[in-house]
Amino acid sequence: MEDIYDVIILGAGPAGLSAGIYASRAKLKTLILNEGTVGGQVILTHEIANYPGVETTNGFQLINTMKKQANDFGCTIKANLNITGINLSDKIKEIEVNGTDKYRAKTVILAPGGKPRTLNIPGEEDFKGRGVSYCATCDGEFFTGKEVVVVGGGNSALEESVSLAKYASKLTIVHQFDHFQALPHYVDMAKNNPKINFIMSSELREIYGEASVKKVKIENLSTGQESELKTDGVFVFIGYSANVGKVADKVSLNSRTEIIVDKNMKTNIDGVYAAGDCIEKRYRQVTTAVADGTIAALSASNYLMNQNN
Amino acid sequence: MLMTNLEHVESADAHKKVLEENENVMICCGRMGPMCLPVYDIMDELKDTYKNVKFLDMDFDSPDAHVIRNAPECAGFMGLPFTMYYKNGKAVQATTSIQNMDQVNSILDEQFGKPE
Repeated sequence: MEDIYDVIILGAGPAGLSAGIYASRAKLKTLILNEGTVGGQVILTHEIANYPGVETTNGFQLINTMKKQANDFGCTIKANLNITGINLSDKIKEIEVNGTDKYRAKTVILAPGGKPRTLNIPGEEDFKGRGVSYCATCDGEFFTGKEVVVVGGGNSALEESVSLAKYASKLTIVHQFDHFQALPHYVDMAKNNPKINFIMSSELREIYGEASVKKVKIENLSTGQESELKTDGVFVFIGYSANVGKVADKVSLNSRTEIIVDKNMKTNIDGVYAAGDCIEKRYRQVTTAVADGTIAALSASNYLMNQNN
Repeated sequence: MLMTNLEHVESADAHKKVLEENENVMICCGRMGPMCLPVYDIMDELKDTYKNVKFLDMDFDSPDAHVIRNAPECAGFMGLPFTMYYKNGKAVQATTSIQNMDQVNSILDEQFGKPE
């Protein structure tokens, strides 16, 4: 008979890895399953200067250390896989991976984090790397002297726009609202840049091109009128959402589709906990994710102890 | 400087040597950016599965990275990383921007054969 894990953790960001460290150090048989790259969003952070006890570091280094700690305590980590089935309702939980492999556990900690929003419009996937980008720092130089569209209105969108304007000949920010969510400082920087134009209350509907992006279709949300804009590139910075798609019909969520947990990180299902950016909370920091993961692991450990007694 | 668990290609000479000494080679040329890190991570995961393939990365900003930046297979690429697949020293496929595990697996299987 296959082994049953004490804890399966879905997600390998700071919350999932912290839960893995605590659970495996408590001698629980622990498995972390992660759909993408180990580390989650923090791995992209160039500088982390406010993680207590650690002088300035970067996300990659911090995550590599967490991963090593988890491994050293005996935690198994499997990443870059596809979770194809989740059964949380029975006493023994079951997770199916890649449509074939099944893993069973007495408790599950959900730590899937957040994921960048995409436009989900025709042309976006087809022109990825050929005009559609999600990183100005990475790809900005490919648009030197070219016209680009930036989608979004938060801090990232405006900050990245100013950065992109160093390369682009003309930059148009398309934002769905009539005002920006970004801090005034970022808005002022963008508004004071002569290369940057604004199309407000509008959304992209389609991206067209041949070998690379040539134009976009834009809908004015106030009037419903559609227009086309010639462009060489589309940069997408429309924020993150809780990555709860695969458990949305299994645990209780709030109106913002965040997992509802109690102070012990317990969900509405016995033996199922959640931690990190996927849960209902106000502040999303590495430190809060680590704290959530710690509490979830200790709660799972306590649950298992009570089950055994 | 790339901080990954992969072997790095540090120069054009090293690039040439790797291609001469290995039948099947995958090199991801990028930065420590959001589109690049997932590809490095996938390659790290696959190292033990595809033992017939040499997995490496190369810093896109290294001057010698012109061996990939300016490769004909990468013409028109506008998104990092540029990922090259070589068989017997010749480029057989190239991709631009982020790729997922299925996409990388599919290319490796097609170009170098499925792992035993």
